[in-house]
Amino acid sequence: MDFGFSLSPSSAVNLDKVDLSLYDRLAAIDPGIRTCIGCGSCSATCTASAYSGMSVRKVLLAMQRGRMQEVEKMLSNCMLCGKCTMVCPRGINTRRLILNACRLYANVEGEA
Amino acid sequence: MAEYIAVVGGGIAGMETAVRLKALGLEPVLIERSESLGGHVASWHRLFPDMSHADKLIKDLEKGLEDVDVQLGAEISSLNPLRKGYSLVLTNGKVYPCRAIVLATGFSLFPAERKEEYGYGIYDHVITNRDLEGWFNGKADSRVPESPRAIGFVHCVGSRDIKAGNSQCSKVCCITAIKQAIEMKEKFPEAEVYCFYMDLRLFGKKYEDFYIKAQRDYNIHFIRGRVSEVAETIDGQVQVKAEDTLSGKPVRVRLDLLVLMAGIVCNADNQTFTQAVQMPLDDDGFFRSRDNVGAITESDRPGVFFAGACTGAKTIPETLAEARSAALNVYLYVKGLK
Repeated sequence: MDFGFSLSPSSAVNLDKVDLSLYDRLAAIDPGIRTCIGCGSCSATCTASAYSGMSVRKVLLAMQRGRMQEVEKMLSNCMLCGKCTMVCPRGINTRRLILNACRLYANVEGEA
Repeated sequence: MAEYIAVVGGGIAGMETAVRLKALGLEPVLIERSESLGGHVASWHRLFPDMSHADKLIKDLEKGLEDVDVQLGAEISSLNPLRKGYSLVLTNGKVYPCRAIVLATGFSLFPAERKEEYGYGIYDHVITNRDLEGWFNGKADSRVPESPRAIGFVHCVGSRDIKAGNSQCSKVCCITAIKQAIEMKEKFPEAEVYCFYMDLRLFGKKYEDFYIKAQRDYNIHFIRGRVSEVAETIDGQVQVKAEDTLSGKPVRVRLDLLVLMAGIVCNADNQTFTQAVQMPLDDDGFFRSRDNVGAITESDRPGVFFAGACTGAKTIPETLAEARSAALNVYLYVKGLK
């Protein structure tokens, strides 16, 4: 039956239920990734960002909030140029973070 | 006629001022309203950034006060100008002719129950930063669960809040929240710890290191967004709602304990002093320094000086430095050198 309206699913993040397993595994390899302050330098310098929506800042945040579909989509647009690693004020090895994330996604055994 | 220097307030600012005045050869009288010295610091457990013990700081200051006239449980009942200085009558009947007065009356902790939406005094597991320090000091508190699995900290409770009557930043709560979050994570390693903040203002030496440690080594979750409401759940937890402003999405989480970082506000009775010595109060309700850059411990009135948080939120090292500065200024004033 058409009521003339529909309900959108809630966009709220429920921290009691988020799945942080991938993020925790990445942090186990490099605890430095937890020190992100969301400054946005990585996204600002990213060549792919303007065209594809790729953003390391958003990747990390989405992982922390359990929004893994967004992570996967963004990662596929990375060109691995490594400019983000150069500008990170916390010294996070973002390029390696992306590689590690891809490895975990692909379930490939690799050295971190 | 003995020429005293009145030091009003027996917190760390007043204690350090009195210690230094005595060392400079002057005769301070330290006046404290309560029955013990140490002020707010006395109710604290450990201090950032070195995790030193608050009671050690107070004991060290007390050692320097052995030969100082300390009046506990006494307040100023009247204050009259003399040709040179002021005559102070205390509530215990004692009279002190004073050459100068140092106001070291400190601050009040924001009454957290005024932010009703956070549920302090309403829900079973909502406490303040001071309550938590009391619990660290071994005081029993039934609001702190035995083994909490999720703990939250709300920054800026009564700070940067014009509607709550305090537009100022309280300066020390960001780093205090991080300190307390780490302490809780050390006690309960299995618990998830969340900090809800508007901005993290980590200006001091080693503060940023503390933050990095909290993120990297303790896995404390920092969520940028002011908590909008807290509600008790059927199983006695508290549910917190906020916006995760970095992702632009609403966020909610159930907690076993919520700690409110109550801010630093001016004392309600500051006006009684300013009226007695006929000087204006600052527009934030704290005492007004002659100059906020070059003369923070000096007032507009000759012979009236300030030390510590009575002119605004201060850290402990800042307070102690100001106390020393005030003591030196009093000395120069009394000796006619300035």
